[in-house]
Amino acid sequence: MILPIPRGTRDVLPDEMRELHAINDRLRAVFSAAAYGEIYTPALEYESVIGRGALDGARPAYRVFDENGSVLVLRSDMTVPIARVVATRYASAEPPHRFCYFAHSYRGVRPARGQPREFLQAGVELIGAPAPGGTAEALTVLCRALDAAGLRRYRVGLGDATLYPALLDSLGVVHDKRDALLEELARGDFVGLEHGLRELELGEQAIKLLLEVPQQRGGGDVLHGPAGPVADAVAGLRAIHGLLEPEVAEHVIFDLGLSRAPGYYTGAVFEVYDPALGMPLGGGGRYDNLLGEFGHSLPAVGFAIGVDRLHIALAAEERL
Amino acid sequence: MNGERLVIAIPRGALFAETLDWLDGLGVRTDEVRANDRKLLFSDVGLITMRPSDVPTYVAAGAADLGITGKDVLMEQADAAISSGGRDVYELRDLGYGRCRMVMATRDGPDPASAALRRLGVIRVATKYPRVAARYFDDTGRQAEIIEVKGSVELAPLTGLVEAIVDLTATGTTLRENHLVVREEIAESTARLIANPVAHKLKAAAIDDLLERAGAL
Repeated sequence: MILPIPRGTRDVLPDEMRELHAINDRLRAVFSAAAYGEIYTPALEYESVIGRGALDGARPAYRVFDENGSVLVLRSDMTVPIARVVATRYASAEPPHRFCYFAHSYRGVRPARGQPREFLQAGVELIGAPAPGGTAEALTVLCRALDAAGLRRYRVGLGDATLYPALLDSLGVVHDKRDALLEELARGDFVGLEHGLRELELGEQAIKLLLEVPQQRGGGDVLHGPAGPVADAVAGLRAIHGLLEPEVAEHVIFDLGLSRAPGYYTGAVFEVYDPALGMPLGGGGRYDNLLGEFGHSLPAVGFAIGVDRLHIALAAEERL
Repeated sequence: MNGERLVIAIPRGALFAETLDWLDGLGVRTDEVRANDRKLLFSDVGLITMRPSDVPTYVAAGAADLGITGKDVLMEQADAAISSGGRDVYELRDLGYGRCRMVMATRDGPDPASAALRRLGVIRVATKYPRVAARYFDDTGRQAEIIEVKGSVELAPLTGLVEAIVDLTATGTTLRENHLVVREEIAESTARLIANPVAHKLKAAAIDDLLERAGAL
């Protein structure tokens, strides 16, 4: 008898589970050595509570009612629940706080390989450590974890979520147009971005800058090019890079157009790429305002690795 | 990682000839592709050929680094309703050729679509682009029953299956020959150069080099 399960979910049988455990054990050893304590939060949260932090791109997709009629959601990431935990349980503790997790989250994505609706993430949150030091620590832990997992050819793209908004500000692009432009950029639709910019009658020089800057990606030379309106963000990236050990820095590429959903990122953002996989296998960034939404303002940074994707990439790298 | 070979997915069909001409202009050798009607994979020059609607699929999965396909295909496959928190493919350039329009058309004479909407509240629409059509009628606040057909869309309004069609037209000749007239223009489509998001980062130098050869940034 065939008894179906929902699209975008799967049963994990012992062969796969053994391999996932082996990956998680290696990641956990790195997190643990860096003094990140493992944490677990419930998969179900009150929508009214978790909704304070959930923003576009990672809005919870699955809702149920409890016996009192309260709306519960399945968490869409671990960052927002951990922000809630810190505000509730660590309000009087001395920061920084270091947490790691291995947990499933849920999103209403179009199911595909490496993109299930229930997905396992391994990640860390470093709360109370400002840029650039905290960011450099998170990147270091990320690279050590990927090294330990056995991934060899990966790169970490490093950008800044404030860079493009600052650039738009400096050229006087008003707020109601900005969101549409940022949306085009987040989708990687450079044709749409150009159309949007041309409608604004900004002048050829400004349009050229707004199209060229977000397409700059590669080695350190990217940081020597444009200054002016993006100088702050670029200086921030340079400061992070200066703090990285050589064996971490060699994995980092700079990407001035990098923008990530969800929208709570406030500074450096990063994404992990591997030539064996057509999609990013993890990412993260700074979210200095999220804790404030829970009434306990602290600068923070974190990342999540998609364990399912890491597993696919490791399997594919074996064949390369 | 830079300087690595790029794999480019190119569309057979209406965009095929102009795509090959465009690649010639970049110095990519296309003579083998031109000479071979059945072969699909040309690994020497990094070209794979396929139906236009398959191009985004191969590029999104990373089976090809770059691809060329029509904006109509991209519009149909962009699934705005189910946000995956990101993008399947990057759209790098409007290549300008293969220009056509996505239109809503009905039989000539009195507009049967507005009559259906007025008297019955719902328009029936035949199309090969069900998502584009559904989104368009949603956005314009009209109830539409979208009927997906695979073959000649023009047949559907002539036989009374539907009141209107949503389809692509370049010259309008096929529409005219079937006594159909364009009632509304939905979008304009041209050939687009798309990229896999990971390849766009990891093969940045090779891709930028190709874009530079293709014309000013």
